[in-house]
Amino acid sequence: MTAATNSAKGLLQSRRSFLRVSATAAGGLLVSLYFDLPLTAQEAGQPKPKVYPPDAFVHIKPDGKIVIQVNRIEFGQGVQTSLPMILADEMDADWSQVLAELAPAADVYKDPLFGIQMVGGSGSIAHSFLQYRELGAKTRAMLVAAAAEQWKVPANQCRTEASVVHGPGGRSAKYSDLADAAAHLPIPETVPLKQPADFRLVGKKVRRLDSRPKCDGSLKFGLDLDLPRMKVALVAHPPIFGASPRTVDDKAARGLSGVADIFEIPTVSKGTAVAVVADNFWTAKQARDRLRIDWDLSKVEHPDTPQLRQKYKELAGTPGNIAVARGDGKALEGIAANRIVAEYEFPYLAHSPMEPLNTTVRFDGDRAEVWAGSQFQTVDQMAIGEVLGLKPDEITFHTEIAGGGFGRRATPDSHVQREAAAIAKRLTGVPVKLVWTREDDVQGGYYRPMHVHRVEIGIGADGMPAAWRHIIVGQSLVAGTPFAAMLIKNGVDETAVEGTADTHYDIPNFHVSAHHPAVNVPVLWWRSVGHTHNAFVMETLIEELATRAKMDPIAYRRKLLKPDAKKLRGVLDLMEEKSAAWRGNLPAGHAVGFSCHESFGTSVACATDVSIENKRPKIHRVTVAVDPGLAVNPLTIESQFQAGVCFGVSQLMAKGAITLKEGRVEQDNFDAYTPPYIVDAPVAVDVHIMPSTEKPSGCGEPPVPVISPAVVNALSRLTGKRYRTLPLVTV
Amino acid sequence: METYKLTVNGQPKHITVDPGTPLLWALREDLKMTGTKYGCGIAACGACTVHLAGVATRSCVVPVSLIGDRPIVTIEGIGQDKVGRAVQDAWVSEDVVQCGYCQSGQIMSAVALLKSMPKPTDTNIEESMGGNICRCGTYVRIREAIKAASRQLSRGGAL
Repeated sequence: MTAATNSAKGLLQSRRSFLRVSATAAGGLLVSLYFDLPLTAQEAGQPKPKVYPPDAFVHIKPDGKIVIQVNRIEFGQGVQTSLPMILADEMDADWSQVLAELAPAADVYKDPLFGIQMVGGSGSIAHSFLQYRELGAKTRAMLVAAAAEQWKVPANQCRTEASVVHGPGGRSAKYSDLADAAAHLPIPETVPLKQPADFRLVGKKVRRLDSRPKCDGSLKFGLDLDLPRMKVALVAHPPIFGASPRTVDDKAARGLSGVADIFEIPTVSKGTAVAVVADNFWTAKQARDRLRIDWDLSKVEHPDTPQLRQKYKELAGTPGNIAVARGDGKALEGIAANRIVAEYEFPYLAHSPMEPLNTTVRFDGDRAEVWAGSQFQTVDQMAIGEVLGLKPDEITFHTEIAGGGFGRRATPDSHVQREAAAIAKRLTGVPVKLVWTREDDVQGGYYRPMHVHRVEIGIGADGMPAAWRHIIVGQSLVAGTPFAAMLIKNGVDETAVEGTADTHYDIPNFHVSAHHPAVNVPVLWWRSVGHTHNAFVMETLIEELATRAKMDPIAYRRKLLKPDAKKLRGVLDLMEEKSAAWRGNLPAGHAVGFSCHESFGTSVACATDVSIENKRPKIHRVTVAVDPGLAVNPLTIESQFQAGVCFGVSQLMAKGAITLKEGRVEQDNFDAYTPPYIVDAPVAVDVHIMPSTEKPSGCGEPPVPVISPAVVNALSRLTGKRYRTLPLVTV
Repeated sequence: METYKLTVNGQPKHITVDPGTPLLWALREDLKMTGTKYGCGIAACGACTVHLAGVATRSCVVPVSLIGDRPIVTIEGIGQDKVGRAVQDAWVSEDVVQCGYCQSGQIMSAVALLKSMPKPTDTNIEESMGGNICRCGTYVRIREAIKAASRQLSRGGAL
């Protein structure tokens, strides 16, 4: 992380940035901050004017409203509130007048570090904190300069608060009245940023801006889009990935009133699907149900869970490509007496965001317009362009607010967008909304990969691990994608071994290797990615080691952590303190389980109070301590952790697995692939944030890895059993 | 195709649809009321919950032809009701929502609970809210908001 942070800093410093300011026709001030990373037209001088997007991050309107563009999708994580907070704070804007909008796809909205417009790696705040602060500070400086010029006083005699500039002699002017004058002033090259003590919004618990419209039904998600003459498309996908129809009998389907067209489209996995276009969803659904398709399944691999399990277990018996080889590779052989040999199994997991996948495209021949709840605007826009034969800047791409995502809306192959574009291409001039039903979603692939881990630990006389050999088997998430060059090293996909290979435990002889078999199942990052399985293996084994050593599990972790793992040590201490009262007072039949893990730069420690009810774990309480650096919005962080640990419980659900039989996915909806309901979720979660002024790190994913090992550690304490196979079918 | 008269949030509405069309899709596509959400289509997630003659009902599995003269209340109309408004206000003040997609259904279920049981226990909440999935996992705050709304209603005032 340190290396990554430093290089990120270097990137930011080496990048020249400038503002473009303009008065708008309607009055007011538009401010854009450009980074030259996307290699747009800045070198040549003025950036190319664009009709849409609005080319702006900040718009001060004549009525005092301040509209701030959010350069990423909002799908629950709260950036639509916290990014505007950061900008508004440096700008000294009146928060009650701030509105947020999701920016469309455009170079100016690309992630300053990743260089594409996206949400991932828990990077929204981490990457845009400085960017949004500078935007706010520069905007403020120009408003102050405008006031100072009007009043003929030095700028440094002015101060700002709540969208007002105050000058000497009791003079004051509203931002909205200064905006036009400010628009004609030069843009400051550098501006001082606030000291943390001067923040008015950052660091405070600020409620979400989007609550009310999400509570009265008025907020429009992508699926709610309704355009004149719009059609709805459903797609009959092959029952095995990559297959194609031999014959399609669509007579009965076409007979339904309201069916516009039925035709074949290519799938990303080199097969063929059948698209049904109708006046509305229900008609399209009925028409799809009436299709009689004879699928040719002979030319594709038929993955089968029991066979995959056997193959993975065999692979786990031999070393793979080396991720880490530290210390003496033969040390394990020297410790025959005191060993743990553990084999873990993890299933495929679907993301199943509540809003089913959808994308709307209208193709106008030389242009297109797209509405998509996308985590990957740049990638999706390019993919649609490929299908339609258009350049990205010929496609207006609206970012729709989405009902969850958890990684599912960030597909390197843009398979949903390609389908939508292929359908829209046939219906020039007509907006077509492609909808995936829940069944399409559960059966459609792009799962967290299935994994087998095999770990052999040689335990020293002091009860600490002296040698550790760890073999991880699972599909690569990025093989064959543009991300491979960055993330595959020595044949090891870093996302498969993260959380183990980079562990903060000080294990002297440590060997981690990986196999990445190719399987005919599309796979994808699932919230917290490799940490989902790696943290489970590491944190259950550490607690098992502590139990064997008859040591307190927190003290054991403290002893084993590297001396420089300061953030993890800090959160362990904080968790120990904050959970002490309830841990000392557990009712009969309850047990505590612990875990600690760092992911995406954020350290987390967790204690859980668990009993067994109806043969299932009942999670009465979770205490979480977290060090996310500077906490931009502690309320959002608290919410992310309270809810994120529940998302992590998905791994433990009895019906929490996607399995395949002779090539076909066996689950098709929430009755067979079941996320946590309220009864499965922790009853109470108290979140404690470590005070810090360090650079912020992410909070979207770090809640997920800690919970399942902590719950299982408590179960082991209750039953004496070890749980190494997920999902948790029986306790 | 048949023509039906529905009473939605107190207003008479006429639609002409296939008799098997689920109420969910009649609301969303024919009446353009998109606050009621599609999540699963098999009554397993609760995102489509509306009140049918006062009963919390999964609109994705109720065909329009079976509604008859029972009044329908949706998330767009629930704020006109005292309990409904209190629940919405509690959801906002407790900062419950994340992605928000399931929350129409959660709120409709919570209102039905508080109407039949003004002071629910944790067990009552788990039973009544037991069919509504929140994939973000906001259940801790959902519990708190239901209790906050209950307290507020028992005091008889606004939040």
